[in-house]
Amino acid sequence: MVTKIMNWFDDRLPLTATIERHLTKYPAPINMNIWYLAGVLLVVVLVIQLLSGIWLLMNYEPTAEGAFASIQYIMRDVEYGYIIRYMHTTGASAFFALIYLHMFRGMMYGSYQNPRELLWVVGWITYLLLCMLGFTGYVLPWGQMSFWAAQVIMSLFGSIPYIGEDLLIWIRGDYLISGITLNRLFALHVVLLPLALIVVIFVHILALHEVGSNNPDGVDVKKFKDEDGVPLDTKPFFPYDIMHDLYAIGVFLIFFCAIMFFYPDGGGYVIEYVNYEPADNLKTPDHIIPAWYYTPFYAMLRAITFPLFGLSAKFLGFIVMAAGIAIFVALPWLDRSPVKSIKYKGIYSKFFLVLFVISFFVLGYLGSVAPSPAKTLLAQIFTVGYFAYFLLMPIYSKYETCKPVPDRVKLS
Amino acid sequence: MQPKSPPNPGRRKFLIAATSAVGAVGIAGAAVPFLGSWNPSAKAEAAGAPAVADISKLEPGELLIVEWRGVPIYVVKHSTESLNQIDKNLERLADPESNEEQQPEYARNKLRSRREGISVLTAVCTHLACAPKFYPQLGVNDFDNNWQGGFFCPCHGSKFDLAGRVYAGVPAPTNLPVPPHYYKSDDILVIGEDGDVT
Repeated sequence: MVTKIMNWFDDRLPLTATIERHLTKYPAPINMNIWYLAGVLLVVVLVIQLLSGIWLLMNYEPTAEGAFASIQYIMRDVEYGYIIRYMHTTGASAFFALIYLHMFRGMMYGSYQNPRELLWVVGWITYLLLCMLGFTGYVLPWGQMSFWAAQVIMSLFGSIPYIGEDLLIWIRGDYLISGITLNRLFALHVVLLPLALIVVIFVHILALHEVGSNNPDGVDVKKFKDEDGVPLDTKPFFPYDIMHDLYAIGVFLIFFCAIMFFYPDGGGYVIEYVNYEPADNLKTPDHIIPAWYYTPFYAMLRAITFPLFGLSAKFLGFIVMAAGIAIFVALPWLDRSPVKSIKYKGIYSKFFLVLFVISFFVLGYLGSVAPSPAKTLLAQIFTVGYFAYFLLMPIYSKYETCKPVPDRVKLS
Repeated sequence: MQPKSPPNPGRRKFLIAATSAVGAVGIAGAAVPFLGSWNPSAKAEAAGAPAVADISKLEPGELLIVEWRGVPIYVVKHSTESLNQIDKNLERLADPESNEEQQPEYARNKLRSRREGISVLTAVCTHLACAPKFYPQLGVNDFDNNWQGGFFCPCHGSKFDLAGRVYAGVPAPTNLPVPPHYYKSDDILVIGEDGDVT
């Protein structure tokens, strides 16, 4: 009976083939470790964000007059409204925390190298979309920090020589950040960007299943196959990996719920306290600080305090910040190492990866506190450290001594 | 079934190019309303009309905040004391002569003002558009050991003097802009129009 139904479908839709290709016969390397959980958790968070977002939409009012009040309405009067909203705010932070871990995993194990360059590029696009989603969503509650974050970020475009001023008015649709701006950011946040994100994530997974998963040893598991053509050092994704993943999802949800229920502000990092005041275009908050997931790049923006090559400090800061985000996409072509995984790379690669991580965290801290001359200097130093990882990579990855990579996966 | 090569390949090529070109023109045309609708609407433009302020009650050393196009405009009446101090740290300023076009021609003078002793400044930091705060007191404070009075941006630490001139070595690249303005009478200041420029 079941076979009959499946056959009926299979004649009209590649159902069995799809299930086999993506689940029951997808070969997952046997040495995948905890770092490989971020991907599946990201999918879980995507679902959480879509559901909670749609439910928020049912009570949110996208106008300058009503936005702030409608958030308070959701928090106080809508049944379970506060849970739905905290789910969405916690989900936003979780999304970024996981994507940073996911990206770092790729950097550690050289997952961006041939043949996974395109997979990396598509993943980078999802990160860009996520940044845009984070920004547009952040403005919607129309609190003080919403308003002034929009002011600061949008005015960056005003620093572009010649076209900046007109471009700024076009982006805002007004001579200031107003309800008009709020409405367009709303449209982008709830329709265009999520649609694009879903499509791009879909392509990301398709590309992954085409080239196959990398692994902590960075060895090509497809080299040795059994008589059925199944790679030796792999196991089927379903049911084996799914079991690990379900366990991980359970643990993840414990932490997620702990924040959502008991610590939704996250000490001012998940929801900033200044945003409990309605937007006021005549009063700048004392410290404008972006959400934690942008602070490394914000520190880079502030680190540029001097004009250079006839360009203003402000425009240069914008360029450096944008470059800090954009440069990830170049990784597959910056890395000249013959080996993938950091396990077998030389001492320089290890040093620069550690430098990158330290720079990222120090910049993240500096971007979240008020500036001072000493902190600006520190931000400048670590901005250099951040970029050194990328820009010196063609040199240090080429001229270092790597350890020999085993032919097959080693299980310790 | 496809023929091995299309009959008359030249014509094929031309037709493909022509179709693509017409399609591109069509897409460009269709993009116009989508891009154009992001421009300020008639309502937004009307809301950008000039602002009028009564400055008769403004005392020396005081600051009046007027809203124009949703941004704060600072109107400062300088005290004699601050006017005496204002040129004491020219060497710390990035553009003391106001060479950058951050003010209308009629305000391109020492104190960047249309009327002697009154500064009209757009209180939007030229770094990232925060509103700099007014610190008229001279001397030592949190952010400067020899403060001559002026504006300090709390966001990223940019400093401006009382005439809105930017200090060197801060993130803000240029002086605070002077908005177009004129005095309709002794007491009435209009912000947003140049008035009679002669």
